[in-house]
Amino acid sequence: MNKGTLQITTLEVKQNLRSLWFWAYSILFGGFVAIMFALGITESQIIGFVGLGRLMVTFMQVSMVILPIYILITTVRSVVGDRETNVMEYMLSLPISFSGYFWGKFISRFVEIFIPVFLALLGAAVWGTISNIDVPWDLFALYSFLLAAMVFCFLGIGMYISSVAHAQNVAIGTAFIIWLFLVAFLDLILMGVMLKMRMNPELVIGVGMINPLQVFRTAVLVLFDPKLTVMGPASYYILDTVSRSVFIAFSILYPIFVGFIFAFLGVRYFKRNDIV
Amino acid sequence: MIEKNNSMALISATNLVKSFKKQKVLNDLSIDFNAGERISLSGPNGAGKTTLIRCILGQYIYEGDLNVMGLNPHTNHEEIMREVGFVPQIPPPLKMTVKEMLGFFSRLTNTPVDKFLEISINLGLVIDDNLKKPFLKLSGGMKQKLLVAFALGRNPKILLLDEPSANLDPEAREVFFDYLKNYDKNTLMILSSHRIKEISGLVNRAVEMDLGEVVLDKQI
Repeated sequence: MNKGTLQITTLEVKQNLRSLWFWAYSILFGGFVAIMFALGITESQIIGFVGLGRLMVTFMQVSMVILPIYILITTVRSVVGDRETNVMEYMLSLPISFSGYFWGKFISRFVEIFIPVFLALLGAAVWGTISNIDVPWDLFALYSFLLAAMVFCFLGIGMYISSVAHAQNVAIGTAFIIWLFLVAFLDLILMGVMLKMRMNPELVIGVGMINPLQVFRTAVLVLFDPKLTVMGPASYYILDTVSRSVFIAFSILYPIFVGFIFAFLGVRYFKRNDIV
Repeated sequence: MIEKNNSMALISATNLVKSFKKQKVLNDLSIDFNAGERISLSGPNGAGKTTLIRCILGQYIYEGDLNVMGLNPHTNHEEIMREVGFVPQIPPPLKMTVKEMLGFFSRLTNTPVDKFLEISINLGLVIDDNLKKPFLKLSGGMKQKLLVAFALGRNPKILLLDEPSANLDPEAREVFFDYLKNYDKNTLMILSSHRIKEISGLVNRAVEMDLGEVVLDKQI
């Protein structure tokens, strides 16, 4: 990491540690784990999930609902917001490269978003150990990687939108539409589309498979429910096509790939166009 | 058209054009700025002063040629900005505290914090009372004093000052102009200002722009 990137990363992390958004977000995830323990969710059993694994699956389902939209809405404002408020004009009159500035913002956002959710998950594991509940460490490791991959993916998309958009309201609107689009291509709606329109199932499910949210959702349950009986058609199709271990590798690498491609396009656009 | 003087140009623009949508804000502008020159850059709103400064800062894509220290300012941005001090027209709403800002600038520009502190204090900024305050919470004058200190303290080869004294009180303005008068004689200084009379004693060259063109360029 070069000097400019490091300085921007450090500065952004320090600034965001003071923001209300960050603490509300951290308390939400930490509080969620605490509430699940308090309500005895580890002792309940639903569709075969019990113990800390049950808590982790629930945590991941909640993460899937909250994280993408939270990442998009808070990230898309970063570059375009600095542009609108003249912060960028000043910061980029300092010896910082354009890509250093972009990646500094990216890395700091990754740290701020991933660390609270990871700590909440880790807190659950530690709490489980103290309470003599078996901790499924394989699940813990997989979920940590999945969370990191999902954060990376949506951060890349968010940074791209932020680089290309010319106004904050446009960036936020675009982020919201993308999120709605991805939610629309989850299992339940795909099933509806298939039944209603009599479309080729493989095509519809193929569309579902390129949706990072669908990949995340399927991967969350694949360790528990190898046949994915609780899920819809995309999940069946996925496991009919590839083995479980291949799918797990795909579910981590694919969102990272998507995030990287968008981040790369974002930094390329940022460097090749007017900065302010 | 005003002829260019090519000797020792630190900044050299040739047929520089910058358009926003279809409107030309810099219109085939050719001019050189040399080491040691103190230049007043004046003109009405929309003349292209800030656009020219932003091109020099590498923040715009443009047509034509622009060299800063012999390099393209957009593609060699980081390298060039090591030698440029800049005070913007509008202080940015930075969230970092004054203390963080001092450290940040010091590390980034390899300048001792004491250098920035010395200039800020001389400009009348009560630094100890404000160290923990976010920059954006300071008054307009305080912000300007700090930004001036950061620009001057770096000892750059090029100083770009866009309406730098607009928010300064009379005493601070006097100290600031004294600093500029006694500043390194090799530094190229470009002062964009509407208050030409105020800076006339500081400069040795006056450049006036209108509608994206240089309409007056004379040695004083």
